[in-house]
Amino acid sequence: MSFRHPVPGTQPPYDAPDYGSTHKRHPRQPLLRIDQTLTETSAPRLREAAYPATTNLAKGRTREGLGWEAQGERITVAGRVLDEDGRPLPGAMVEIWQANAAGRYNHPGDTHDAPLDPNFRGEGRVFTDAEGWYRYTTIRPGAYPWRNHHNAWRPVHIHYSLFGAGFAQRLVTQMYFPGDPLLPLDPVFNSVPDAAARDRLVAAFDLAVTQPEVALGYRFDIVLRGHAATPMEHRP
Amino acid sequence: MTTPAPVAAPNSGPGPATASQTAGPYWHLIDFPAWADLLRPDGPNAGVAGERITLAGHITDGDGAPCPDAMVEIWQAGPDGRYDGDFHGFGRCATDAAGGFRFTTLKPGPVRGQGNVFQAPHVAIAIFARGLLKQLVTRLYFAGEALNDQDPVLSAVALARRATLIAQPEEAGHWRLDIRLQGGDETVFLEV
Ligand SMILES: [Fe+3]
Repeated sequence: MSFRHPVPGTQPPYDAPDYGSTHKRHPRQPLLRIDQTLTETSAPRLREAAYPATTNLAKGRTREGLGWEAQGERITVAGRVLDEDGRPLPGAMVEIWQANAAGRYNHPGDTHDAPLDPNFRGEGRVFTDAEGWYRYTTIRPGAYPWRNHHNAWRPVHIHYSLFGAGFAQRLVTQMYFPGDPLLPLDPVFNSVPDAAARDRLVAAFDLAVTQPEVALGYRFDIVLRGHAATPMEHRP
Repeated sequence: MTTPAPVAAPNSGPGPATASQTAGPYWHLIDFPAWADLLRPDGPNAGVAGERITLAGHITDGDGAPCPDAMVEIWQAGPDGRYDGDFHGFGRCATDAAGGFRFTTLKPGPVRGQGNVFQAPHVAIAIFARGLLKQLVTRLYFAGEALNDQDPVLSAVALARRATLIAQPEEAGHWRLDIRLQGGDETVFLEV
């Protein structure tokens, strides 16, 4: 068993000239393609029993039992984690992190002059169910400036980290929001050459996910690498 | 009033894998420093027998400057060479201001490869960071292992660059491998 290689154009390169931080961090030598072994086709078993889930990043209770609620527009995000053949990945750990409603991360390195929200840490973890569904509630993050180029602003996004069934399926990505005027200007989003592949990073507003009187809903599905056909099938 | 139909799912069903995007500089919100110690008393490997080791190194960029904001992950077999045995071989470590990382773990055993060939003991490394639109993947091998000479991955690396994958012992049980993202002694990265 092994995982198939990306459809050309659907993954970003290491060297993306418009994204300044890639200049000194991309390898100049070609990558060495290796046959996948157990090392690549096995993966950590990260289960909810040992890694507790956080399904609501916007609201909670302190150890003292006091309620807290983050500032901002509440949203619920739901979607499925599938492989390239459309097969759901059950029990997959999905980590998420994001800026607060003002566009500020609860992170010592974020020096953006926007208010911190003492009630929003901006980090959570959920697991997919038997059909590959995940779901969490949070607040819609704000756009924030970065220093990549003059007047550079990141479009609104939520960071995702996923573990599949093989270390070669490991994926870190970002979910964007529909209609964001910053998307056409963003070097990170536009590092993906294929337009359809970029569009799949944009969540869809979904009334079926929307919770009446509670939160607007967004649908965001994620596809991890599928299994390659066995080499035998390619031989005459 | 009619209820609008739910919008079609953007990418349900068969299709290409979702594009990778950078972890950026603020991924530490999902950093759990305890995960760098695979032998932590309240972790999944408490009580698993084996040779206790540390794996450490520094990550530098094309200018030789430290990468102080990287997420380094490891995935390795247990001392029995298995990924599905008692040992849970996953760790995560944030690099420090000097670009340094350090894991505490058990030394992996030889892992079954293709056919009946055994791979030399090794640790898979994935690096995520600002400026990396997708993870960089490499392997750490251990200097002096007899199986290194016949390992299929090491054998595929030009002799001149092989050392970039081989950790050296510092003192008993402490192994060091520096990672250079770009430049003269650039680490060999793998397309898996
Ligand atoms: Fe961000």
